[in-house]
Amino acid sequence: MTPIMFNLLLRSLWETILMTGASGLISLVFGLPLGLALVLTNKGGIAENAWINGILGAIINGFRSVPFIILLVALIPLTRLIVGTALGTFAAIVPLAIAATPYYARIAEVSLREVDRGLIDAVRAMGGNRWTIIREVLVPEALPGIVAGFTVTLVTLIGASAMAGAIGAGGLGDLAIRYGYQRFETAVMVAVVVVLIVLVCGIQWLGDRLVATLDHK
Amino acid sequence: MNSIVSASLVGAKSEAASKEVVRLVDVHRHFGATAALDGISLTVHKGEILGIIGRSGAGKSTLIRCLNGLERPDSGEIEIEGGSIVGLDEKDLQPLRRRVGMIFQHFNLLSSKTVEENVALPLKIAGVGKAERLKRAHELLDLVGLAGKAQAYPSSLSGGQKQRVGIARALAARPALLLSDEATSALDPETTRQILTLLKDINRKLDLTIVLITHEMEVVRSIADRVAVIDAGRIVEEGQVWSVFADPKAQITQSLLSGSRPQLPEHIAARLSQTSGDDAILSIDMAGTAAQGAVFADLFEALPQSFRLIHGGIDHIQNQPVARFFIAVPMREPALKDKVVQFLTARCARVEVLGYDTDHV
Repeated sequence: MTPIMFNLLLRSLWETILMTGASGLISLVFGLPLGLALVLTNKGGIAENAWINGILGAIINGFRSVPFIILLVALIPLTRLIVGTALGTFAAIVPLAIAATPYYARIAEVSLREVDRGLIDAVRAMGGNRWTIIREVLVPEALPGIVAGFTVTLVTLIGASAMAGAIGAGGLGDLAIRYGYQRFETAVMVAVVVVLIVLVCGIQWLGDRLVATLDHK
Repeated sequence: MNSIVSASLVGAKSEAASKEVVRLVDVHRHFGATAALDGISLTVHKGEILGIIGRSGAGKSTLIRCLNGLERPDSGEIEIEGGSIVGLDEKDLQPLRRRVGMIFQHFNLLSSKTVEENVALPLKIAGVGKAERLKRAHELLDLVGLAGKAQAYPSSLSGGQKQRVGIARALAARPALLLSDEATSALDPETTRQILTLLKDINRKLDLTIVLITHEMEVVRSIADRVAVIDAGRIVEEGQVWSVFADPKAQITQSLLSGSRPQLPEHIAARLSQTSGDDAILSIDMAGTAAQGAVFADLFEALPQSFRLIHGGIDHIQNQPVARFFIAVPMREPALKDKVVQFLTARCARVEVLGYDTDHV
């Protein structure tokens, strides 16, 4: 592999990390409260509200059922509004984040819903309010699952970011398609796949380590 | 049926004048068409341990959860320390709940917090500063005998230790009332005994009022002062523990007690005839002073050769002797049985002729 190719690979890796990291962070910031809202407003939740729960659920399902490649194109006007352009790595962060947020919200919801009701009762019995229950029970008790779910989301985003190459986002997927596939450069294809494997394994390993330290069950 | 209990009131506590911590008047709670609580009225006095016993589904869990507002009644009055809690919204219930500690069957400790953080949590909720609440947590861990486990996580503790943490946590905010929701049901008999001893100690040391629900008579027997038997959402029987043990009136009480009181041996019960036989089989219940006397010695002296002991014994509940015996009275002299019954009844025993047995041995 030529030094030029190597530099290209490094740049693509950085673009992938940037896209995945930024959209992952955004999905965490918005998805976790959304997942929390789903659990709180659910039947039997501490802020039961069928209307809000139904509306949130419908919006999330709506976004999740649109194929990512279509979402990518459909969101171009919004992306232009936010980033100023629909092309490039930064532009790809917008559709990636919008796709990942409802996805992560559902994953967080599952972890939060698994928190034992008895623990909520115990804290209510101590005189705790909703905010106490969220802060002292729901989030800390679900934290291992929330982190494990975030790891899954990041890995999924790496895959999705390759598709974002379709709008000129760059990244490893884009590199593999343009050089490895369209120009028959097998070495580039192999190199990209190896880098992706290392990246995915690294993220998964870090996530698992973090879960192990957080989990006291 | 004569009452064997009213005849002997040795050592029964006079509570008429003491302060009421809990008062329930005609509390109803329905889940759909089924009534979980169907007109419950009861009072609990300061420093008292009330045991509420019933089968699963009898409504006891709903009842105890009404006492700190985790469950709301459909109608009726609930007063804690003289103040009504019915109709309070969640926000107004929060300060009240700090006056009421609760322990649970499955302990309900937060797995993400250390033992000391768990114990200190009620104080954190009450707005107590960190240094002070940790100091209090350590005091309480001392009290429950877990001083060395402050930094441990609950998952590393045994069931009994977890419940000790639960008790320490429930006491952190210095409650006026402790609710125990089947607190020993998930523990082995040895650990159960230790936890009950701890609860009794705390009750004495802190003069803490305790309401506990259980389906095990042994729990009631070992620590409660008073017992209320609940069935299908109603209190079917209520009284001093020793008196209910001595003289259970309701069918459900008798059935719940069957494991805790001497029963007629099964092989004899199986061949009992209701009409005739060589021996009449009698059950004898005595309590208090009646059970202290040398009843059988006197009976033997008055009516020599009049009976044979089959089974039974004297138990001591709340320092009251409670006796239950089964005897066989030979039928060769038909009047003998009636004389025995008369003699024992005169000594404040409750006698019941269960049937007739022909002993082939």
